[in-house]
Amino acid sequence: MTLPATKDDTVTPLPFKAAPATIVPLGALRPRPIDIGAVLRAVAQATVPPLVVLAIILTVWQVLCSSPGSSLPPPSQVWTDSYELIVDPFFVYGSQDIGLGLRVLTSLQRVAIGFGLAAVMGVAIGAVIGQSVWMMRGLDPIFQILRTVPPLAWLPISLAAFMDSGPSAIFVIFITSIWPVIINTAVGVRNIPQDYRNVAAVLRLDQREFFFKIMVPAAAPYIFSGLRIGVGLSWLAIVAAEMLTGGVGIGFFIWDAWNSSRLSDIIVALVYIGLVGFVLDRLVGLVGAIVTRGTSAA
Amino acid sequence: MPAYLAIQNVGKTFTRGAATTEVLRDISLDIARGEFVSIIGHSGCGKSTLLNLIAGLTEVTAGGIILENAEVSSPGPDRAVVFQNHSLLPWLTVYENVNLAVAKVFGRTKSRAERHEWIMENLDLVQMAHARDKRPTEISGGMKQRVGIARALAMEPKILLLDEPFGALDALTRAHLQDQMMEIHARLGNTIIMITHDVDEAVLLSDRIVMMTNGPAATVGEVLDVPLSRPRKRLELASDRTYLKCREAVLKFLYERHRFVEAA
Repeated sequence: MTLPATKDDTVTPLPFKAAPATIVPLGALRPRPIDIGAVLRAVAQATVPPLVVLAIILTVWQVLCSSPGSSLPPPSQVWTDSYELIVDPFFVYGSQDIGLGLRVLTSLQRVAIGFGLAAVMGVAIGAVIGQSVWMMRGLDPIFQILRTVPPLAWLPISLAAFMDSGPSAIFVIFITSIWPVIINTAVGVRNIPQDYRNVAAVLRLDQREFFFKIMVPAAAPYIFSGLRIGVGLSWLAIVAAEMLTGGVGIGFFIWDAWNSSRLSDIIVALVYIGLVGFVLDRLVGLVGAIVTRGTSAA
Repeated sequence: MPAYLAIQNVGKTFTRGAATTEVLRDISLDIARGEFVSIIGHSGCGKSTLLNLIAGLTEVTAGGIILENAEVSSPGPDRAVVFQNHSLLPWLTVYENVNLAVAKVFGRTKSRAERHEWIMENLDLVQMAHARDKRPTEISGGMKQRVGIARALAMEPKILLLDEPFGALDALTRAHLQDQMMEIHARLGNTIIMITHDVDEAVLLSDRIVMMTNGPAATVGEVLDVPLSRPRKRLELASDRTYLKCREAVLKFLYERHRFVEAA
């Protein structure tokens, strides 16, 4: 099975930016007599514009792809072709015939392991680099080069090293998502105010205490923006990696659907991937917001 | 037998690349147990550097500092510092900030209940027990500084180092905290070194005022005894002759003999 390196050029880490989107502002709930009108208005303000845009896109798509010679199916056909995939994400008809929800879960499991490892090691390595000027000078240029290597480029070498597709896919996730975690943690650690270091010095906190009580909380906002970029990258990488390694993941599903010309299924899978990626991003963002509350304001 | 805290011919030179700056030269000072000493001088004269040397946060380049017969070489909780900008950890509550110090210093010697008692006692001392569960961002500047003082006191230090502790506060809050500081000093009898640039504050609080010459290579210009009895009352002192004389002496030193020259 050979495959031209398809979508892996989209993996350069974009500058992290909070997308304005459909988070319903909780602030509207706070005034004591709950103003239902205001709440509804807030919800509407957040949801109506994207729904309108979605409707327009679907309409244009429907019109463009309705001609008999069009190469892609219009939305209406996607609906009829892949009705089962859309309505029931968790059906199991056989070992290779399962709902997209289950496939996504398999992929998420790989991401969880790979990204989890990357998060732990990334924070640890980042902390060392942030603390030591010489480590920084020595390692930073190498990391800056390694982080630009596209995820799929790691795959052959990890297949060779692990001799198995499962660990290889996880390694690709790991190696893709660790760089932003390292780099952001290092920056965060370098930016710990001297005051906090002085407090730690006066109290004679040892390395371990300093790491958990000062360094991690103080660098948390940086660490979490690194994690957020990292989780996005790992989701990008898992789909690409699974296309090559096979198995039951969502990536392989797309590749399989392509081989059997089920274009509608591919489109449904793309929507799934997009939604899951969005949720992952928001989830890390949310955890970060909870963990770092109070930290950012000095 | 050297003094409780003996600063002997201390000098500090900072080196950055090829450039060296001599900040402090030949500073000698003996401080007795229970004494309240202020160090005053124009900004940039190296007051804070001197405090950092005593704290052990910066290493001396010449001379030595001896606290209770042991040379100061690294920072430690026996020399608690109240930093100018409070430097509470913003992710911890008031209670947790003090606990950080107490758990570290008394983790082995006090039980959990005793440590809790001790934290509350120190918060009470600065009248901040009511805000124990607040975070630093939720309380005012004066309150933060009080918590900073509580954290320092809770370490039960041999010597308390105050680095312009009230400099960033408004006049009323500052007066209030100065009174509290005097009360605490009267009650606990701590040895205290305070950096300040406020003449009234120095005279009101101190037993002795160390006046520093201008940098570079600043040193002790003069040491003034403040022979005022304690407890001192701010209002009564306003017209007290000894107070006014001390005040005048400091002002003369600062504005006649060692006028602040803006570095070119």
